[in-house]
Amino acid sequence: MTALFDYLLGLGDDALVAAQRTAEWCARAPQLEEEVALANVALDQLGQARAFLTYAADLEGAGRDEDALAFLRDEHEFRNVQLVELPNGDFATTVAKTLLLAAYQNLLYTRLAQVAEPRLAGIAAKAAKESAFHVSYASVWTVRLGDGTPLSHRRMRDAVEEVWPYTHELFEPWAAPEAGLDPAALRGPWLEVVGRVLGEATLTRPPDGWAATGGRAGRHTEWFGPLLAEMQYVHRAHVGARW
Amino acid sequence: MVKSEVEAAVAAVLDPELQMLSIGELGMLREVSVDDDGNAVVTVTPTYLGCPALELIKADVAAAARAAGAADVEVVVSMSPAWTTDWLSESARAKLADAGIAPPGRVSLPLLQPGCPRCAFPETTELASAGGAACMALRLCPGCGEPFEHLKAH
Repeated sequence: MTALFDYLLGLGDDALVAAQRTAEWCARAPQLEEEVALANVALDQLGQARAFLTYAADLEGAGRDEDALAFLRDEHEFRNVQLVELPNGDFATTVAKTLLLAAYQNLLYTRLAQVAEPRLAGIAAKAAKESAFHVSYASVWTVRLGDGTPLSHRRMRDAVEEVWPYTHELFEPWAAPEAGLDPAALRGPWLEVVGRVLGEATLTRPPDGWAATGGRAGRHTEWFGPLLAEMQYVHRAHVGARW
Repeated sequence: MVKSEVEAAVAAVLDPELQMLSIGELGMLREVSVDDDGNAVVTVTPTYLGCPALELIKADVAAAARAAGAADVEVVVSMSPAWTTDWLSESARAKLADAGIAPPGRVSLPLLQPGCPRCAFPETTELASAGGAACMALRLCPGCGEPFEHLKAH
């Protein structure tokens, strides 16, 4: 398949898996407002995933649709980064994951909105606005917890440190000619955004140590299989079912 | 002649989340075309990529076009250019305020905070970044003490 197909799978899978994982907070969040907010973040990600995967399926022209791509591929065929498949952990871990992912997605989508390929640019322009809300939501909580009590500070700090090794994968070489973008070029602006939020939260940026890798090539963490099993079960148990 | 009737009918379809507004007033309706055989193609732009109301809107649009005389209806969803709250008509903003929902500011003026739609108190605070729908925030007015919904500039 073309490089653009693979690229769209990566964009779509990042959003799809982030949506599925974030939506696990439904009926489990610490308070109603946060539950609604997290559900809306997940819903935005799901909408982005649908747009990218539908585009990928149209491009492939092999009779697959967004559902076939989401529910009928196996683990090694998914192109998402490992960051989005990590367990939710406590609320601070979810906030850290949301901040680090959304800051990247916002920068990426903002640039993709400028590319010449009209369908990619159109989806990205819409998605960029949505991810700006996610950055703002996660930033507020990072600051509130980081600059809060000694306990909340410790847990927010631990969360950022735990998730940090999984952020390097976001900036690995991965491209399609239509996107014309080197992900490594996003890391500087990303560090600036993330660094500003961490600073306000009285947290320091963790040192760069080991780096998770392999998601874009279909190598995933031990947590990914159970997520897929839950997400894909109904579709596979009731083949061809319609509402 | 069929075209103008189909256009008027689909423009009047109400948004399921904001039932005081039609999709015409929301600026979601991009284009209506009707060929010689009466087959209509209606292009709409979603307010959010993941808007859960989109499937219902598509069904309502198809039903409205048929009721107005279209033989067959295709509803096309177009992402580009991306929908913005700046496309809300002035009458739509007034209807939102009448329903107790603070209308969005201009996207170019993101720092403009919404006043209270009930008592017009100018400075209000955000309670939650998401309300009953993805496009809403929940705010509190210190003037009248009432919480209210705000359609976020987007």
